[in-house]
Amino acid sequence: MDPVAILIAFLKIFLVFNVLMGAVAFMTWVERRVSGIIQYRLGPNRVGPWGLLQPIADGIKFIQKKDIVPDDAYVPFYLMAPALAVVPALFAFVVIPFGPEVVLFGRKVPLVILDMDGGLLWGFAATALGVYALVLAGWASRSKFSLMGGLRSSAQMISYELPLVLSIVAVVLMAGTLRPTEIVAQQAGWFWNWNVCKGIPFLGFLLFTIAGYAETNRVPFDLPEAEGELVAGYHTEYSGMRFAAFFMAEYVNMMTSSALGVTLFLGGWQLGFPVALEGWPLWALQIGAFVAKVAFFQFLFVWVRWTLPRFRYDQLMNLGWKGLLPVSLVNLAATALLVTFDFNVTR
Amino acid sequence: MDAFAFYVLALLTVASALVVVTHRNPVVSAVALAFNLVSIAGFYVLLGAQFIGLLQVLVYAGAIMVLILFVIMLLNLAEELPPVKVAGTFQRVLAPAATLTFAVVLGRALWRDTPATLPPASEGFGTAAVLGRELFTRYYYPFEVISLLLVVAMVGAVLLAKRKLT
Repeated sequence: MDPVAILIAFLKIFLVFNVLMGAVAFMTWVERRVSGIIQYRLGPNRVGPWGLLQPIADGIKFIQKKDIVPDDAYVPFYLMAPALAVVPALFAFVVIPFGPEVVLFGRKVPLVILDMDGGLLWGFAATALGVYALVLAGWASRSKFSLMGGLRSSAQMISYELPLVLSIVAVVLMAGTLRPTEIVAQQAGWFWNWNVCKGIPFLGFLLFTIAGYAETNRVPFDLPEAEGELVAGYHTEYSGMRFAAFFMAEYVNMMTSSALGVTLFLGGWQLGFPVALEGWPLWALQIGAFVAKVAFFQFLFVWVRWTLPRFRYDQLMNLGWKGLLPVSLVNLAATALLVTFDFNVTR
Repeated sequence: MDAFAFYVLALLTVASALVVVTHRNPVVSAVALAFNLVSIAGFYVLLGAQFIGLLQVLVYAGAIMVLILFVIMLLNLAEELPPVKVAGTFQRVLAPAATLTFAVVLGRALWRDTPATLPPASEGFGTAAVLGRELFTRYYYPFEVISLLLVVAMVGAVLLAKRKLT
């Protein structure tokens, strides 16, 4: 293999990993500040300007904490679970195109780490493995609260993965490809070319967003942790950096879910309007557009979290199996009809 | 490179398969099985069938094994491990017979087709488009029969569960 290509691949991985981790730290600050504003209080504002250095203080605190392993815990799985939470979350981001193909030192570099034919499936396969962390953490802690959290998470993930994947299948039907870069390329030009603006797919977008909240265990679907009943759910027994790893995984999962939604429905890195620029100014603007769209989704996550109460368990299951699943099947059938008879679907 | 990846994957697959059958804790066995399924997905990718590899991870490791783990955890809330059960006569006869049959089939296939005699992979091999076309043309009937089988299994499961409730 070409050594420069390998170097570029490493650089991209390094860049994406660090930006993601930085974004996770920043998001913990955003979440606490926004929740403060929503609840008419200030939130953390003492460490650094506007409290911006709070995540660093938190990180130092996490590292200093004692790493507690309960006596009854099944040690191998107990220690492994936090890593199992973070790694699949990061894996999924590999296939997401975060920018156009740029020219760097006379070499064409597509701004995606792995551009493969089944890219979308890769993303979902990776996120599907994330549930093991929650289940194993819950089981290995040997605590009833943790176990309940783990059980709930496995049931919830299975229930909401179906509508999630079915909403994607509809998009794939329209796009005729599983390659994320091609799906983004098809949404070029004005913003009405974005999948979300093509009529029926808007329903898919709603389904994807709702199921995405359930898959990332965010309010109103945070039953695996449900602090009111389960203390902290599957990570009740964890402390220090191991707890922080679960926390990080949740935020990385939010980013991945947002980025997938942006790629599939909101045109990925496309600006949504033509501009008279080319070269680096245009590319920088497009990368900025991707970041802005993902940031909007992140804000939405926080907004919803501090607006809606948590579902009851039976409500959660009813919504998943009797609400979202039938609607997503209808969505799929409607999209299939549109594609078959070629109604206003531009391929 | 490919050979190295193959041997690493082979080692992982066999080791995790051994854990599945020898470990006494059912949760550990289930996790080892999930690991086994992921390493087999690695073989598919190595053979150029990346679509099948990804589906293997998504469906088997990501969904089916999670369900199995869910059931094991739900039924296995007792702390103690179950006592070792000695296999019955039926099992002692059937298990070696089934293994032998599988070994003969596999051995025959390996004997007949060495890498040299196999035709090279066709254009677009392993991609979703080619696989889909094959499924809906050449393998149309087997495909439909399998889906029918799944429906029958599902209806049967519901029926059994219902009878227990009433």
